[in-house]
Amino acid sequence: MTIRTLLSAAAALALTAGMAQAQVVGFSQIGSESGWRAAETTLTKQQAAERGIDLRFSDAQQRQENQIAAIRSFIAQGVDAILLAPVVATGWDSVLEEAKEADIPVVLLDRQVDSSDDLYLTAVGSDLVHEGQVAGEWLVSAANGEDCRVVELQGTTGSSPAIDRKTGFEQGIAGHDNIQLVRSQTGDFTRAQGKEVMESFLQAENGGKDICALYAHNDDMAVGAIQAIKEAGLQPGEDILVVSIDAVPDIFQAMAAGEANATVELTPNMAGPAFDALAAYWKDGSVPAKFIQTESKLYTPSDDPQAEYERRKDLGY
Amino acid sequence: MLTIRSLTKRFPGTLALDDVRFDLRAGEVHALLGENGAGKSTLIKCLTGAYRPDGGEIRLDGAKIAPRSTSEAQELGIGTVYQEVNLLPNLTVAQNLCFGREPRRAGMIRTRAMTRAAQDMLDPYGLDIDVTRDLGHYSVAIRQIVAIARAVALSGKVLILDEPTASLDAREVKMLFDVVRGLKARGLGIVFVSHFLDQVFDLSDRVTVLRNGRHIVTEDIAALDRLSLIEHMLGHALETEVADHATSHDAVIARPEMLTFRGMGRAGVVGPFDLDVGQGEVVGLAGLLGSGRTESAEYLFGLRSGGTAEDIKGPIPIDTPRKAIAAGFGFAPEDRKTDGIVAELSVRENIALALQARRGWARPMPRAEQQRLARMYIERLDIRTSDAEKAVGDLSGGNQQKVVLARWLAMNPRFLILDEPTRGIDVGAHAEILRLIHELVGEGMSLLVISSELDELIAVADRVIVVRDRAHVAELTGAEIRADTIVRAIARHDEIGEVA
Amino acid sequence: MQRTLTQLAPQLVTLAAVVLLVWVVFPGFLDIRLVDGRLVGPVIDILKRGAPVALLATGMTLVIATRGIDLSVGTVMAICGAVAAWAIDGGFGLGGALALAIVAGLVAGLWNGTLVAIVGIQPIVATLILMTAGRGIAQLITEGRILTFTHDGFAWLGSGTLLAVPVPAVIWVLTGIAAALLMRRTALGLLVEAVGINRRAAALAGVNATVLLIAVYMASGLCAALAGIITAADIRGADANNAGLWLELDAILAVVIGGNSLLGGRFSVAASLIGAMIIQTIDTGILLAGFPSEYNLVIKAALVLVILVLQSPRFAAEWRTWRAARAEPRPAGQVQEDAP
Ligand SMILES: Nc1ncnc2c1ncn2[C@@H]1O[C@H](COP(=O)(O)OP(=O)(O)OP(=O)(O)O)[C@@H](O)[C@H]1O
Ligand SMILES: [Mg+2]
Repeated sequence: MTIRTLLSAAAALALTAGMAQAQVVGFSQIGSESGWRAAETTLTKQQAAERGIDLRFSDAQQRQENQIAAIRSFIAQGVDAILLAPVVATGWDSVLEEAKEADIPVVLLDRQVDSSDDLYLTAVGSDLVHEGQVAGEWLVSAANGEDCRVVELQGTTGSSPAIDRKTGFEQGIAGHDNIQLVRSQTGDFTRAQGKEVMESFLQAENGGKDICALYAHNDDMAVGAIQAIKEAGLQPGEDILVVSIDAVPDIFQAMAAGEANATVELTPNMAGPAFDALAAYWKDGSVPAKFIQTESKLYTPSDDPQAEYERRKDLGY
Repeated sequence: MLTIRSLTKRFPGTLALDDVRFDLRAGEVHALLGENGAGKSTLIKCLTGAYRPDGGEIRLDGAKIAPRSTSEAQELGIGTVYQEVNLLPNLTVAQNLCFGREPRRAGMIRTRAMTRAAQDMLDPYGLDIDVTRDLGHYSVAIRQIVAIARAVALSGKVLILDEPTASLDAREVKMLFDVVRGLKARGLGIVFVSHFLDQVFDLSDRVTVLRNGRHIVTEDIAALDRLSLIEHMLGHALETEVADHATSHDAVIARPEMLTFRGMGRAGVVGPFDLDVGQGEVVGLAGLLGSGRTESAEYLFGLRSGGTAEDIKGPIPIDTPRKAIAAGFGFAPEDRKTDGIVAELSVRENIALALQARRGWARPMPRAEQQRLARMYIERLDIRTSDAEKAVGDLSGGNQQKVVLARWLAMNPRFLILDEPTRGIDVGAHAEILRLIHELVGEGMSLLVISSELDELIAVADRVIVVRDRAHVAELTGAEIRADTIVRAIARHDEIGEVA
Repeated sequence: MQRTLTQLAPQLVTLAAVVLLVWVVFPGFLDIRLVDGRLVGPVIDILKRGAPVALLATGMTLVIATRGIDLSVGTVMAICGAVAAWAIDGGFGLGGALALAIVAGLVAGLWNGTLVAIVGIQPIVATLILMTAGRGIAQLITEGRILTFTHDGFAWLGSGTLLAVPVPAVIWVLTGIAAALLMRRTALGLLVEAVGINRRAAALAGVNATVLLIAVYMASGLCAALAGIITAADIRGADANNAGLWLELDAILAVVIGGNSLLGGRFSVAASLIGAMIIQTIDTGILLAGFPSEYNLVIKAALVLVILVLQSPRFAAEWRTWRAARAEPRPAGQVQEDAP
């Protein structure tokens, strides 16, 4: 045996020993295009730290080629698992195959890919239809059988969250004829558009007096709409009920001020369930289901909105 | 073969063509003459589809035609070279020549074949240039010849030349005429528009004169003399022919020194040269196109920097046009379309532009004052326009030139550089402008006149500097200023007193 | 005055037609009421909501008059909004925040103007640089979130009223008037047009084209800053991702609908402002009409197309010919008869 082989064997031993101590996980994040995404990054790092996992983080700045490059480098580093929040659905086959050949499990976060599902371990995400449904069901109970004309602020036209959250809401209110969806327009998921479109709803519906509730596909639009309602001289939360989705900090502030009534959480903590599944897999090779659905928790003013706000405000939303 | 009957074209405020007739035979050169704004270019644009006539008919070989576009006219066999060169300066010479008919293989342009085709097209003109360079790189003259080559190659029957020689020097004119005669012998009908009557007599077989959009006369050239032709064009006899104005060159007049330029230019462009200009002096700059005449002017006006200027009070900075203007300089450039007029602005605004720029944006010239100024110069230079608010781009070529002149005259500069001031200007206005030059120098203005027309230089200049191969090679004064001496100096520089 | 009105006639007629169309679809469109000392009604909403595009169009008109284009205005809005929100949060006070935001807009304009006038990059490319890179700058300022603030004075700029009129409407009208006066009461308008039509000839006539070009890009940056301030004030927060997104296109469209040529030269700020109102009327009309959102863009595109076709010189010429032909039947032997 030459000295060189001895040395390399020793190095390999040291490496294996290191791995036994802390699992290494690579995380390819899309970017930081929204507050929610920033919170997801923060929480993933927190979760990894709590579990003693060594997290290698890579920000792809909205580019698939950056993500592919990051995954290749994770494979080369020989990480124990890869978390991937894919920026687009297609074009992942070859890099996922490379990971599979290297025996590195990949967990998709928050979005799906079009590749065959044996190329990744599992996907953690929220069921968007379910979120809408929770919102709809809340409204059914809040209306309490009385007639209620609802206006809807949709997300970006044609985007899957907009389609699914609309479908879910309609399922939630199905069979309750007292609840009527009278106007529905896109507010592009933005605060400014939410406000502008709400203004037009108010104009079109007798200064807002004919509107009983607002359903917004995200909290940002709801926050904009709340301002429009106030400026029209009405009291949001009372004259017009406000229900939305996401549970970002600002909606809890509105809720604490009595201006919003309910929000359905799209948790940015996708990493928690992902790490749980990975832990089980590393331990005894148990393979999780192909889709792990996160909880779509409903928050109302009875859930101490001020505390929820404090809890979230530093997550990077 | 081409017959036009009762052609009418109306523009807002102008009846540009009024019941005009014209015919062209195969194998003849037919000159189309008239004052600036008479309607020559308009007639031609109706023929080539650039304008749609409001009435009348055009027949080619007996068949009625109404071309809607230049390319349609070309397909019918009518090729044109416009007064203003109409090629694309940012394409190469070869691309311009072959534009729309590029040699292709499998849809791809064959660059090498195109280069060769372009060289072949230019061959008969004795023009040996690199056809793979951008057209914009070459002088107006070369662009003009390229345009002619293209039109000749495209047209089968009729070739229209709208003031093709305005930017050519004597040598190039001769070259062009040889080409035209060759084409005539091949049976093409050629329409020739020009303000150079000598050339008209030299080249044409027949003449048609327009005045104010009307047909005045069509005659064999042999049946007309110069004076009667001018009378047809102007509607009256020309009282003062150019020659009457000629400066007496008997004695060299000492002028009070005004401006001294030292070390102007840079090797490779022109010079460096020195120049002294006296008050009320007219310095002529003669030379072939591309010899460095325009570049000399550009140094003097701060368009290029190099060299120093001084007047009796001390050094004056002239490294940008703005500074040169502030020092009382003016420059009416050679290429009026790209450097002179602001086409969409009105005659009034174009005339007031330089004055306004000097006053600064915060002190607008009152509209009434602008109008007064415009009216004054419209009258003085006989600018043919329906009114002062007409866009300059809608004026005839010669009248655009007068507007640029008016802009600088309005500035009342102490030193005015005129690069080809009478290009495209009719005989009447030509005489008028020469008279104006005499008047200005009488008031103490100094002039630098660049011209390809020796007669013009001889008529106005106190001193003629000859530029050759990018250097000032000779200076002629007094009795030395004659056509033969200038021509000799342009050709060879070793006989006459050298300066550089 | 008379002349100005005749020049604006095509745009005014178009605006009236669009208003009429929306009114047919939504009968309450022209109702205006006074509620709590503020005017309310769809028309008032249009005046208010149209503020960002109207402001951008004011600056864009000047840039386009010089044969340029400013693609960065939407991004500059986001930057200036972010700067203002950051400054308010940082305790600079209203005056300080506004001053900083405006300075940011002017600096952005100076950058664009320098690239165009001195470095000599084509305007579309030069401003594209800031358009793409600028959102990153805005995100750095907001740290990637919606930077919210509570400041009633600042919020008033977005949603307050002055003499019952929404403040944003007051701001764009005043800015528009100021720009128009500055251009027409001084010689700036003429000089800008001269540079736009023929920069070389203008420079040869002594016009300081370089400084003028930089100045118009700075004016555009200033207008974008005002628009960014209004947008941030409106939602009481700076949204670096979405503020002003694609608004540069609406601004360009407003200038074009206003009948200004993209090739530079003759311009009218007033016409562009009417163009901005036409666009906003279409936008608001679509919202009020209650069609499904999938049709929003299609309807807008179709209306804009119709407007542009009706305004095209080609169409105008054909229309005149057609009317003339009907008025006096052509005598026989006319040219068009047997054209090839
Ligand atoms: N596009 C236009 N719009 C309005 N008027 C025009 C237009 N083109 C030409 N004209 C007018 O028609 C008249 C004839 O112009 P044209 O260009 O035919 O003159 P020309 O004989 O070629 O003169 P020149 O010798 O100066 O070139 C002029 O009064 C001119 O102002
Ligand atoms: Mg002409």
